[in-house]
Amino acid sequence: MSLQVLVFLISALIVLSGALGVVLAKHPVHSALFLIQTLFGVAVLFLVVEAHFLAAIQVIVYAGAIVILFLFVIMLLGVDRSEDLSIEPIVGQRMIAYVSGAAILGLLLAVIYSVDDLTGGTSLTGAIDRTDADGERVPDVNQLAEVIFTDHVFTFEVTGLLLTVAVVGAVVMARRIGGDLQPIPESALDQGVLADILADGDESAEDGASIEGEDA
Amino acid sequence: MELTATWYLVLGALLFSIGAVGLLIRRNPLVMFMCVELMLNAVNLTFVGIAWGLNDIGGQVAVFFVMVVAAAEVVIGLAIVVAIMRRRQGATADDLSVLRG
Repeated sequence: MSLQVLVFLISALIVLSGALGVVLAKHPVHSALFLIQTLFGVAVLFLVVEAHFLAAIQVIVYAGAIVILFLFVIMLLGVDRSEDLSIEPIVGQRMIAYVSGAAILGLLLAVIYSVDDLTGGTSLTGAIDRTDADGERVPDVNQLAEVIFTDHVFTFEVTGLLLTVAVVGAVVMARRIGGDLQPIPESALDQGVLADILADGDESAEDGASIEGEDA
Repeated sequence: MELTATWYLVLGALLFSIGAVGLLIRRNPLVMFMCVELMLNAVNLTFVGIAWGLNDIGGQVAVFFVMVVAAAEVVIGLAIVVAIMRRRQGATADDLSVLRG
């Protein structure tokens, strides 16, 4: 058994046990910690097939940012109640869920095993030569950079826009205005730009106040 | 025994199924989001495995974009959860049936 296979099997065990932990843990914090276990296992699996850049991103973005965001929200909301997994709000829902899960797995495995071994096949985009002029293997970071900033540059820009929209949306949805709106202090009114804006017309200020009043 | 792309596909299928079942049986919206993350990671595994099997970097590019969209999705989803929890303490997915259009 080669080292690759050994690493794969150990990582697969870590990934699957972590995934089961996410689903079965009663406490959301435990679920989040099991999720970190799964994500690290996936990062190791990325390393096995020489996707070094994605492995690094997996650890930094997923384990470092997304799971921390989950934990942050869990702590913020004080969701410290455990969930009783035996309660079934919709009769038969759990059984249907297990059956559909097994059906999904069966379908996927049927598709996978109906296709011959992929290695050596041709892809839609055409396999890219991974060696440079000297016969050295080009690092995956260089290859990724070349493809993303040439063929997929528009997609790349759009994802940047998507992230911006997501951040703005999160701020708008998560902000809270408590109590009545406070008048702007007189001292602030005396200073330059703000005074100019307010002098432009009180009606725009009133519009803003009424919208924010509804939120509160 | 040689490692092939098929191993990655099978592991991805298992992980995807576990995530799907978790999404269906859990009621805490936060845990449901984590199960969605599991399913996204299963797809990422499949992409990377096939990219390796076909010696084509295109699969890794797809994973890169999936990760970006997943990050955006989590940000928006958690903001919605926070907004709901403010109004109804300890809301579960079932409680959202009170929503009326």
